[in-house]
Amino acid sequence: MVVGLSDTDVAADAPAALPGDGLREGIIDALRRDIGDALVDTHLVPNDDLWLRVATGSWRAAAESLHAAGFDYFCYLSALDWMPSPYGRGEDDPTAPPAERSTEIKQGYAGGETRFQILARLTDTTRHVGVTLKADVPDDMLAVDSWIPVYAGANWHERETHEMFGIGFNGHPDLRNIYLPTEFEGFPLRKDFPLLARMVKPWPGIVDVEPMPVADGEAVGEEAASAAVPDEDGAG
Amino acid sequence: MTVLSDRQRLSYIAAQAADARLNVELETEGMTLNIGPQHPATHGTLRIIARLDGEQVVWAEPSAGYMHRGYEKLTEVRTFPQVTTLINRIDWLGSFANEVPFILAAEKLMDIEAPPRAQWIRTILFELSRIANVGLFLGDLGVQMGAITPVFLAFRDREYVLNLIEGATGGRFHPNFDRIGGLKEDLPKGWIDETKQVMRKLRGFCDEMDDLLIGNEIFQSRTRGIGVIPAEIAKQYGLSGPNLRASGVDWDLRRDQVLPMAWDKVDFKVWTHPDGDSFARCWVRLQETREATKIVDQLLDGIPSGPIMAKVPRIIKVPEGEAWVSTENPLGEMGYYVVSKGDLGPFRVKIRSASFNNISIAPWVLKGVYVPDIITILASLYFILGDIDR
Repeated sequence: MVVGLSDTDVAADAPAALPGDGLREGIIDALRRDIGDALVDTHLVPNDDLWLRVATGSWRAAAESLHAAGFDYFCYLSALDWMPSPYGRGEDDPTAPPAERSTEIKQGYAGGETRFQILARLTDTTRHVGVTLKADVPDDMLAVDSWIPVYAGANWHERETHEMFGIGFNGHPDLRNIYLPTEFEGFPLRKDFPLLARMVKPWPGIVDVEPMPVADGEAVGEEAASAAVPDEDGAG
Repeated sequence: MTVLSDRQRLSYIAAQAADARLNVELETEGMTLNIGPQHPATHGTLRIIARLDGEQVVWAEPSAGYMHRGYEKLTEVRTFPQVTTLINRIDWLGSFANEVPFILAAEKLMDIEAPPRAQWIRTILFELSRIANVGLFLGDLGVQMGAITPVFLAFRDREYVLNLIEGATGGRFHPNFDRIGGLKEDLPKGWIDETKQVMRKLRGFCDEMDDLLIGNEIFQSRTRGIGVIPAEIAKQYGLSGPNLRASGVDWDLRRDQVLPMAWDKVDFKVWTHPDGDSFARCWVRLQETREATKIVDQLLDGIPSGPIMAKVPRIIKVPEGEAWVSTENPLGEMGYYVVSKGDLGPFRVKIRSASFNNISIAPWVLKGVYVPDIITILASLYFILGDIDR
């Protein structure tokens, strides 16, 4: 998809030095003009960050539109599994009956409808602004279009996402594993993949966690704290 | 004995000739060269498979994963304060710098900010880990090209920096010193003066490297014009840090984003180089090391007094939300996408490490180079295995 000149003008009108609301709203408007209703939801934290959720089928079109709008820097691509882990935090007593846990799937910023979401981040190195993109990946068709034609660097990230989450990428030339052996079964970063180290040995539990140091009031000055350590203890 | 007809004899000769031609073609098809997983040039266990045509690489592919530790999965069964112990070990030469973006992301979700003194000490330690990390790179680079002296100088001078980090944090390689809301302890007495002396020494080390390595004729002829990465390609692959700046892209997360750190309080130059070759990447790193010593000097002069810890509850629960924070680490952009469900630990942490992106360009940049240049290009891209595999 080619972006018309008017879109780049919108970007140029936005303040360049201080990224702000106007800048990020401009990004949303420009993307909406390109992909229309395929921009499903947005989440804007003023002067901080922007989340965009696009329809599954428009995953590549969104990348093309943003690339044309100046997002030249590919940061990363990964996925999210919103299902709560059936193993909790791996602190169960293996001899006790399995604990009852919520299985409610609740998505984060910019919403969503599916258990898996694809996640990526792009940065504009001239306007100094970044966006996080999300798209739903339906369980019965765990695949989105590959970003390689737009950002060549997506190659390894898509391979990693494929081996860790089992999400396919249409048009990817070579979805071999990066980390795991070829014959490895299962997708380790899915929430229903157990962390075996925690399964075979009971975890002592969160009560043993060392508490955070908290300053006693505001009185901790540099003199009081620095006196504790002798100064011979340095380079010589 | 059977008597062959002329026709049979001719077809036999034709078949033999065809076979012979096939054999000749097979012989010239080239060879596959395996480098690693244990090889001095791979800084750990990276394996590179290169298909060669004579001395030229037609296809090359790094094969990682020999050190995959699954940190993204492990964070899901840790509490927020426990995570720093893990992520210390991602880029093990610049450990403190790994902790900072994660802590900043957690603080962003909790809507707290470290007191100014903690921010300054964080920034100082961050730059010290940059010096320790990139200083060693400069020495190691020489070894890959047969120059032995620089690595001894680098190890000697890195020791001064490690001593400083140890003096302040208690840990030479894995400080685990950053806390949500501030720092574990204040600086020890006399540390500031000592750091200033070491920074002077380190500037001397940079001059030495400038002389000994960057200015060396052999070094220049091995690196200039080798492994050129144009700016457009570099950005597409998400190259970051000195690798990106060596391709002429003026982009530095210390300067180009707003963070609760002290970089905006000091005056420093972001070095870029227009060439994008191996030499440019080494040159930019040397300049950045020198610049980092100046940043530390300026920060030491203006370090504010006050507490080093914000008010933080004893048991840390991070409110529900999502946050992305990345910083300009020694190797490049390192960031964490932290998803919290209001629990004691993160729901999901995506670790974006610089080396993963930096090395993913290898198949592109190694195509068509000569065998000895594989080593110099990989060395100039500078990766840490733990940073690729996580």
